[in-house]
Amino acid sequence: MEKNMITIAHGSGGTATSKLIEQIFKKHFCNDILSQGDDSARLDIGDARNLVFTTDSFVVTPIFFNGGNIGKLAVCGTVNDLATSGAKPLYLSCGFIIEEGFDIEELERIVEAMGATAKECGVKIVTGDTKVVQKGAADKVFINTSGIGILPDGVNISGRNAKVGDKIIISGTIGDHGSSIFLERESIGFNANIKSDCAPLSGMVQDILSVVPEVHVLRDPTRGGVATTLNEIAVQSNVSILIREDSLPVKREVQGVCELLGMDPLYMANEGKMLCFVGEDKADTVLEALRNNKYGKDARIIGEVTEEGQPKVLLKALSGGSRIISVLAGDQLPRIC
Amino acid sequence: MRNYIDEFRDSEVIGKIVQSLQGYSGRRLKIMEVCGTHTMAISRYGLRSLLPPQIELISGPGCPVCVTPTSYIDSATELADNKNVVITTFGDMMRIPGSNSTLIHKKAQGSNVQMVYSPLNAVELARENPDKEVVFLSVGFETTTPVIALSVSKAKSEGITNYSVLTANKTMPEAIKTLSGDSELLIDGFLYPGHVSAIIGTDFFSYVAYNMEKAGVVAGFEPLDILYSIKVLVDNITNGNIVLENMYSRIVSKEGNIKAQQKMYEVFEPVDSVWRGIGMIPKSGLGIVKEYEIFDAAKKFDIKQKDTPEPKGCLCGEVLKGKKRPGDCKLFKKRCTPENPVGSCMVSSEGTCAAYYKYGG
Repeated sequence: MEKNMITIAHGSGGTATSKLIEQIFKKHFCNDILSQGDDSARLDIGDARNLVFTTDSFVVTPIFFNGGNIGKLAVCGTVNDLATSGAKPLYLSCGFIIEEGFDIEELERIVEAMGATAKECGVKIVTGDTKVVQKGAADKVFINTSGIGILPDGVNISGRNAKVGDKIIISGTIGDHGSSIFLERESIGFNANIKSDCAPLSGMVQDILSVVPEVHVLRDPTRGGVATTLNEIAVQSNVSILIREDSLPVKREVQGVCELLGMDPLYMANEGKMLCFVGEDKADTVLEALRNNKYGKDARIIGEVTEEGQPKVLLKALSGGSRIISVLAGDQLPRIC
Repeated sequence: MRNYIDEFRDSEVIGKIVQSLQGYSGRRLKIMEVCGTHTMAISRYGLRSLLPPQIELISGPGCPVCVTPTSYIDSATELADNKNVVITTFGDMMRIPGSNSTLIHKKAQGSNVQMVYSPLNAVELARENPDKEVVFLSVGFETTTPVIALSVSKAKSEGITNYSVLTANKTMPEAIKTLSGDSELLIDGFLYPGHVSAIIGTDFFSYVAYNMEKAGVVAGFEPLDILYSIKVLVDNITNGNIVLENMYSRIVSKEGNIKAQQKMYEVFEPVDSVWRGIGMIPKSGLGIVKEYEIFDAAKKFDIKQKDTPEPKGCLCGEVLKGKKRPGDCKLFKKRCTPENPVGSCMVSSEGTCAAYYKYGG
């Protein structure tokens, strides 16, 4: 076999991505903050002991999709990464890499969406950068956003904090964004009105924390979907997780598309959903707070943390049987027959 | 949608069938699910864990990607080096390893490899790019082959000459005959593929039941379809009632889809074919008929497929024949994983090893 090279699978958010991070990036960037493995880094800088910092890049095709565009996604993604630590997002930077020939009106629609989304969640875009590359050197437009937020005192949320007995809550239906992008990207020849769930969730997280500040884990199940995210948390916290298939909220249209193509909604990306791990006694309070927010009205408990050690995720299937839920390996590819 | 999914996932009814199956205490039975989609569904719904140890489900050669030989992938990756060629393929084929490379690696190196969902999209691409040769990697069983035939006849009728297909299509009947007659395997009954049966009908499977004395059930893909079909099969075998039952009659008829069959045999004809891991099965493949030979990529690009040995230590062949389970292979979950598959059964999402890897068997 030929020498190793980057393939599309390395960007899927699954095992190839995590191997790349472990074997290349962490090897050379190794430090105590990066090794925590959360979506954002908590920084102690002098007196500012509660700063949270994160970055993300957006290279989605198509750049306009049902339910949003790459600009809205770029703000939501970074705001949500800050929110997963419990932080209130404050400031964003944005870097644009634009392909020569790109339509300026389309650029303005993207930037307008970024401005509106930032306003909705009370963050300011305070610095930025623009580069234009030759035709063919980028696909229309790529955006990087970095964000800084502030963590309230007493909040300690991390993928390492899942505890036996925790209830696992999802804030709404799964697979909407992944299915929407998939249908728009590929010429499959049928239409299903699936809208991306792309949304900024910092307000919803603040609603949860205002009633239950002792939430253990928050994580937005983006690339790799709920299945991959739960596996990451299981490994970080060294616990086993059990989820129930009959509790997983999946829109009928999303289920239909997945059935047809042999894909699994558990691995489809989400851009407006939050997984929340919380002690059993607080689960109903969190659920109520979520359901009172427009982005969490379909929230429900999907499972629990069952035991310590031997990190794994099990699914109790509708049939009564159980199966292991593993990390996404490469991209999900539609079946042949 | 409701009538085709929810009713076949009713946990109460499933519970009753499972209870009945768990009461089985007869001799050990070997049931082969021929189709990769069945293998995946059995794993996905955890059905194997619901059956008593006396009912053993073994996985057959019903994943078209899995049975595509290494030499075919080598031809495809070599063709991908031709700057004038656009390779179009179903998603599953992208990761299947040849001797030296995969299509996903060729794509990363700059070859023009595009995933399509239908060969008709590939014809479209040929129409839009008259200066390129668009080649569709033509693999699949009776389910996918009619639409590939349609793409070829459409290209011919529209005068599109820069489209061709590299064939490795296979048909199920001869493979089932081979497995039925395998004295080492001793299969008691077959779960037949609903998709393939929808095209070819049930006559051939009746022949296997009545002439080769192997019980069979044509089954759908929902958990209730599969469990109920297993129950029918077990009851029939136990009672010595060696027959074929069609438990997927909402989709499958006795005669199948005549139009699809006609289209398939307008463009293709039976040829001997090599099945990865199994070897040559006479008249189990489909080649392009003379009338359509200008659409045959092997002729257009003078491709001669070589005999290529299977990777050392890989048990895909034994797994495809149902003689070994993925866990019996020393490479499974070690050198062979879905990101770096050694054998074909790990490549496709419908492959036995991929199903066992992903869902734990």
